Amino acid sequence: MCGIAGLYTKTDALRSQLGLHLAAMLQQLSDRGPDSAGVAFYRDPAPDGWCKISVHSPAQTPGWDELADALARRFGDASLTGVRATHATFVVAAAADEVQAWLRAEHPHLTLMSAGQTIEIYKEAGLPTDFVRRFDLAAIEGSHALGHTRMATESRVTTEHSHPFSTGLDLCLVHNGSLSNHNRLRSVLRKEGIHFQTDNDSEVAAGYLTWRMAQGATLEQALEGCLEDLDGFYTFAVGTADGFAVLRDPIACKPAVMAETDEWVAMASEYRAIAVLPGAEDAVSWEPVPGRVYSWGTALVA
Amino acid sequence: MAAPETTPAAALSFDLRADSVRDLNRRLHGPEATGRIRVVNPDGRHALAVGVDAECEVEIEGHVGYYCAGMNKRATIRVRGNCGVGVAENMMSGQVIVEGSASQAAGATARGGLLVIHGDASARCGISLKGADIVVRGSVGHMSGFMAQSGCLVVCGDAGEALGDSLYEARLYVRGTVAGLGADCVQKEMREEHVTQLRELLAAADVEADPSQFTRYGSARQLYNFKIDNVGVY
Repeated sequence: MCGIAGLYTKTDALRSQLGLHLAAMLQQLSDRGPDSAGVAFYRDPAPDGWCKISVHSPAQTPGWDELADALARRFGDASLTGVRATHATFVVAAAADEVQAWLRAEHPHLTLMSAGQTIEIYKEAGLPTDFVRRFDLAAIEGSHALGHTRMATESRVTTEHSHPFSTGLDLCLVHNGSLSNHNRLRSVLRKEGIHFQTDNDSEVAAGYLTWRMAQGATLEQALEGCLEDLDGFYTFAVGTADGFAVLRDPIACKPAVMAETDEWVAMASEYRAIAVLPGAEDAVSWEPVPGRVYSWGTALVA
Repeated sequence: MAAPETTPAAALSFDLRADSVRDLNRRLHGPEATGRIRVVNPDGRHALAVGVDAECEVEIEGHVGYYCAGMNKRATIRVRGNCGVGVAENMMSGQVIVEGSASQAAGATARGGLLVIHGDASARCGISLKGADIVVRGSVGHMSGFMAQSGCLVVCGDAGEALGDSLYEARLYVRGTVAGLGADCVQKEMREEHVTQLRELLAAADVEADPSQFTRYGSARQLYNFKIDNVGVY
């Protein structure tokens, strides 16, 4: 069992409270996933020609200022834009691919959490309630966000095994369920050049989406491909620069509820995580039909 | 002059932002479970009003989580909102009325009583039904009536894939279209006794629909019967 939450804001007032509301949603889903928690926020786009990356370090003194200096020396300009617990975000005057390749080569002890223009991923093992406090989630503003609480079933409980998983620039995946054909699919995708950090099944779903989109599929086509190529149970939520998309497996083994008001669109594993949002009692709410891709914003524009 | 018609005040009321679910259920299992009982701010909480065994009317104002009104006996439980997974699971008697929609496995294994869903019910509605009746004003999702043994599932809208898969002796009445029948589920003739039964069920559920517009589905009895011809296979 795991918990998923997604929140897409339609008003400026709500944008300034995005972290506050996502934190409340995650805490409602704490007993669906007490092992670890994670979030992806979409906020503060990097300037044109720059990229934004988020990085995790297990070190006591991670040396983020020194890393910002090293990035600036290598790429001409860079700055540290935020530090939250064990994570930091940087903007760099270069393409995201180049920065990621340099970090992997020069700083292999760091875990790259996300890369793109707007995405920031934070995740950590431990109780969701502690995560929300340590990362000061309530203070984060942004346009939309996804969150996950994990109850591990098939691989270790570590920060790297936590969700969301990056699936490419400004893309990420959270998953409730379990996949049975992930080992075979991972070996196929490795041969196709997809990089994996863990033996986690959900990371394979993320890698699958990355691979399909690298081949030219739209996000919608890539998600529809999951219905054919993934064996197992899943409710997926995929974050994009503009919104998010949701897909449930055709048997609907895992729950999902969606709701919408004039101010927000939300999805969650259970309604109680939506009930904490302002105006929830007057929201239109429904259960997504299994095997159908749902999306908000312009999430499916390639 | 006749007195104006008023709803009787609730004898007992709970606000779940202040009162715990455990307190609600404990008191519904005691001598206070009588007359009208009001529950506000359910906020999607799980296991509300479960295991009630009393002649009382519980009204829940809002959306509820999983397993609401499970194992209900004698009580009438009304939810003015949507329900999560497994509403009225294993109900023994009484009535559960959902004014919104219900998630998966509504009325699972229910043995008696009546479950009315005024919106839609999603997958596996009435799974392993064991004698209760379910009336859904809207549509039901896939695998509804799976392995249902007795009782009736009435669907005024449409039914999803694999309706009545591995069905035993429950009766399924559907007014709209059926996306597909499950293994051993077949269309059956609507005889007078079935029209009468359906009319009574719709009246009990306070749902207006013309019984003549429904189709009956039931078990072909090819799957669950022991066949002497197959003895060599075992």
